[in-house]
Amino acid sequence: MSLATTKRNHLILTIVLALLALFFLSPILIVFMNSFKSKLFISNEPFAMPSADTFSGGENYISGSQKIKFFNAFGYSLFITVFSVIGISLVTSMLAWYLTRVKTKFTTFAYYLLVFSMIVPFQMVMFTMSKTANMLHLDNPIGILVLYIGFGSGLGTFMFSGFIKSIPLSLEEAAMIDGAGPVKTFFLIVFPILKPTAITVAILNTMWVWNDYLLPYLTIGTEYKTIPVAIQYLRGGYGAVDMGAMMAMLVLAMVPIIVFYLSAQKYIIRGVVAGAVKG
Amino acid sequence: MLFALPGLICFAIAFLIPMVMGVVLSFFKFTTVTDGTFIGIENYKRIFINNDFTSALWFTVKFTVVSVITINLGAFTLAMLLTRGIKGTNAFRTIFFMPNLIGGIVLGWIWQVIINGVLLPRGVTIVSDPKYGFWGLVVLMNWQNIGYMMVIYIAGIQNISHDLIEAAQIDGANKVTMLRSVILPSIMPSITICSFLTLTNGFKLFDQNLALTAGDPGKQTEMLALNIFNTFYGRSGFEGVGQAKAVLFTILVAFIALTQLRLTRSKEVEA
Repeated sequence: MSLATTKRNHLILTIVLALLALFFLSPILIVFMNSFKSKLFISNEPFAMPSADTFSGGENYISGSQKIKFFNAFGYSLFITVFSVIGISLVTSMLAWYLTRVKTKFTTFAYYLLVFSMIVPFQMVMFTMSKTANMLHLDNPIGILVLYIGFGSGLGTFMFSGFIKSIPLSLEEAAMIDGAGPVKTFFLIVFPILKPTAITVAILNTMWVWNDYLLPYLTIGTEYKTIPVAIQYLRGGYGAVDMGAMMAMLVLAMVPIIVFYLSAQKYIIRGVVAGAVKG
Repeated sequence: MLFALPGLICFAIAFLIPMVMGVVLSFFKFTTVTDGTFIGIENYKRIFINNDFTSALWFTVKFTVVSVITINLGAFTLAMLLTRGIKGTNAFRTIFFMPNLIGGIVLGWIWQVIINGVLLPRGVTIVSDPKYGFWGLVVLMNWQNIGYMMVIYIAGIQNISHDLIEAAQIDGANKVTMLRSVILPSIMPSITICSFLTLTNGFKLFDQNLALTAGDPGKQTEMLALNIFNTFYGRSGFEGVGQAKAVLFTILVAFIALTQLRLTRSKEVEA
């Protein structure tokens, strides 16, 4: 192939990809555009730009965030996501270390049980789990952390354990001989080596917990609404949905995750690939 | 042991105890977890009294088959286009991956507005006919998952050794042979994981289904997970039936996941 044809092919390819990229972005742009239109003009003509007649300024944002107490929801979502992710990373790395280094029938069994839990659909346990949570008074933003750590322990243990197997045992033995107890060995020697895996685990779990709907809906949904629960709550009973408020809230729901993505995308994409390869 | 304890306790509370209770309760009649009476396999029989479970199963299977094929073809094609070293590759990758971070509920509402925008001028909405809900879900899932799978395929393609490609080129392989004999066999691990993820995600889909159509019209776009949810919380007295459905659902998902892994793993070649 001559240089000129290669160049031309690249140009065509770039144009095709640019059009595709625009197509991928358009749903987000459409929602953004409609969030500034008054609610009566959304369902009928979502593809029309706001005009002098239909423009409603920030009204949808104000009414929407009052209706579902968006900023409370944001607070709950942020709190639950941050502490669940920290908890999962810490607790499952410790669990994985124990299960990998201490080989008994029990640890092997526990490991396989944890891996199995990854494919079990949530509907299997949702009813009994929410009742259990209720009885143990875990139905609050702090108690729900226990549930997230429990549900996240399958993936976390699986990924950490895969990595721990590749760490030479001699490193830990050397630390032990130098008089470090298990606590010191873990936090000073093992955990720092696990950092790349910890980032992957943290990213995969952030994406899961932040967007999760059913678990918070069933356990804390009536009192503490996270963002997905609050959004779905806008649907209300049987009446028509206030599409103006809906559009504005969809935008507010997407902004944090897009900011997070753009600021950490290198780690996110790498984390997804690493997570998939292990899976 | 102290290291394992916090993890094991959380796991027991969130998963293990509810799982065991769930299996046991599927043989009981109950409304809360403590008032059950043993009724044998009555719950399992009642699942099939009306056909909502089987129709949800059929809808789920159709949806999953179509979306697994379209997502993987789309993702693989994009991955091939983005591994040719053109300018702006990173920006394109960033954009294609972005929808994946948006949660299922938000996605469902976004697409409800767009699809209704297309359909309303023709006098119908997304819940006028189950086929709109079906294709709406397919489009939604493609939009959400293509970028994710694309990233995994890109990693797979980039891992193919240059020697292998050069050797094939010297042997005079054309594009089709190159794809069939060099690229596809080398990225078999990526195909395994992508088809596994799309398959299980499709089967377990809930949030998107709830926000896009909520099963309307008349349960005709209800998938298995939503059907189970509605059985539990829709009407009192059906908790046992819901739990029995959940057990069948779990067995089904586990069976499909394991079969799929065995099938595609057997095709993987050592690099």
